[in-house]
Amino acid sequence: MRNEKSTEEVALGIRRRVFEHAMHNNGGYLSQACSAAEQLAWLYNEELKLGEPTLPMIPKPFRGVPSSSNLEYHTGAGYNGPFEPQFDRLIIAPAHYALVAYATLIEVGRMAPEGLEMFNKDGSSVEMIGAEHSPGMEVHNGTLGIGLSTASGLAYGRRLRGEHGRTWVFMSDGEVQEGQTWEAVQACAHHGIDNVMAIMDVNNQQCDGAMSSVMDVGDIRAKFINFGATCMEIDGHDIGAMREAAKEPHEGRPLIILARTSPFNTMSILKERFPKLHYVRFTDEKERARFNTSIAADLGIDPVDYAH
Amino acid sequence: MVEMVFRPYAGAFEKFAAGNPDILCLSADLTSSCEIDGFRDRYPDQFLSLGMAEQNMMSFAGGLGLAGFRPFIHTFGVFMYRRPYDQLMTSVAYPRRRVRLMGFLPGITTPGGMTHQSIEDIGIMRSIPNMTILETGDATEVESICEAADSIDGPVWSRVLRGSVPRLFDTPIKVGEIRELSEGDDVLVATSGICTEEAMRARAAFAKAGISIRHLHLHTIKPFDSRALLDHIGSVKHGVVTLENHVTEGGVGSLVAETMADAGVGKRLIRLGLKDTYAHGGSRPYLMKHYGLDASALVRGIEDLMGQDFNITEDDLAAARFDDVHSLVKAEAL
Repeated sequence: MRNEKSTEEVALGIRRRVFEHAMHNNGGYLSQACSAAEQLAWLYNEELKLGEPTLPMIPKPFRGVPSSSNLEYHTGAGYNGPFEPQFDRLIIAPAHYALVAYATLIEVGRMAPEGLEMFNKDGSSVEMIGAEHSPGMEVHNGTLGIGLSTASGLAYGRRLRGEHGRTWVFMSDGEVQEGQTWEAVQACAHHGIDNVMAIMDVNNQQCDGAMSSVMDVGDIRAKFINFGATCMEIDGHDIGAMREAAKEPHEGRPLIILARTSPFNTMSILKERFPKLHYVRFTDEKERARFNTSIAADLGIDPVDYAH
Repeated sequence: MVEMVFRPYAGAFEKFAAGNPDILCLSADLTSSCEIDGFRDRYPDQFLSLGMAEQNMMSFAGGLGLAGFRPFIHTFGVFMYRRPYDQLMTSVAYPRRRVRLMGFLPGITTPGGMTHQSIEDIGIMRSIPNMTILETGDATEVESICEAADSIDGPVWSRVLRGSVPRLFDTPIKVGEIRELSEGDDVLVATSGICTEEAMRARAAFAKAGISIRHLHLHTIKPFDSRALLDHIGSVKHGVVTLENHVTEGGVGSLVAETMADAGVGKRLIRLGLKDTYAHGGSRPYLMKHYGLDASALVRGIEDLMGQDFNITEDDLAAARFDDVHSLVKAEAL
């Protein structure tokens, strides 16, 4: 399945949708759209080999958690197509990027725009922190740092089965503060798991603010290499650089692409909120209106009529 | 004289797993300590060393489950839930991965002290939705734990005995059933794990004193057949005593208490086990005596329940079995 839009158009579309959503809801994960739109657009629009979605364009409501008695249960992975040996799988490790991920599904024609209207509504499966039943999600990753391990186990298992599909992980840089990330990389290197690839949104931001002020992580590229990964570092807003980085040979090692990004790329007014960008809630109507005008201009659209 | 079986898990796991490509054997640097060193050497393609990194191992196992495998994780029980609890919850329990958590050194079966003794694991596992809990009490149960665990469509927590293990039963674990080891109508004694052997020692002494004990052994702790337990409770006159290799909160004692309270049973219950305390390092017989998990503790518990002193002494109890802490059957003294 290939979208007819260019990846640049998909990235712009993601930001417009997240912006419109945030204006209507008096806030949201705007900064994550600024930093990660190109990465998710590139994964879904170019890099991932996925089949047609197996779930309805308009997401079904929440149908209960997994249990031996819930026979209807399924994850949201069907939006990424069927589980077949030749297809890739995607693990979205930072579950708070869900809004950006949902916008991506809409832009690439895997979910209807109505899906975003269900975001964070009671009884909806389109949850604020992506759950494994949320569109495009396959596992819970709300506790940061567990995504790469899950993907590594899945990739190892798929290799044992002789499947050619790869397992991709979308990660966030805050996760390198968790020891589990490094455990996962060393396990991949030890077992030669090279059918797992990750692209990490290195926006240098976390919930409390700039990572350097919360817990400095130093030279993460050197660390990944020392732990046994092949690690590329690129401008995360340069789609051409992503294409090239993904071609890097990495036999016997996982490939990790560090996408260095700006947390206010394409929404310059967000700089005012630096370094508290994790979740942007407008403090008053005046600010909301000012952000509306400024970001709309940046994204080349009319301001959002959020009063209606 | 009770038959002692040498490393029953080693042979049982190999017999069960060898050649089944859907079964993977995971280890976290305790391969010989969990008796899977022979399997590692003979079936390297089914063996996966994940090192001393349990958080990754737990999520990794979840990923293997996602790929359709049924991983058996082997390490000491404590290392499988205390540090990687979030990963156990998120990557294994919630999505009902068919991960078999083979927890060695249950309770005070190790001189390793607090860091090695899983004394509250059953309480934790009972509170995790989707989790099944099995506990082995003898060599036959260890020999059948792999089939029993693998029959469950979801994650399974298993308390596994290792080393030199007595054979008390001649039938394998049937998940969900309660073993009725003796019929009696004075007192119901419910035990699990290594405490069952202790209760068997005490039974003969009580029979001599004219007290009839109905003795149940619980290998399946969750899900639990409360109807069957209530029938047994209904058939004794005086009440119930539980004895477990675990703290008395959250384990078998709590399970029995909850079952009785839910059904409005007005009989007395004495819960024996670790009483809101950690243990320390020492030999199994010493720890069982010191913390009140042995046959003598059960005698005192039954006396308390009955309000009578039966003058049962240590000598009246069947000869105790003493393990050498530095036994050659263990990889190290842990």
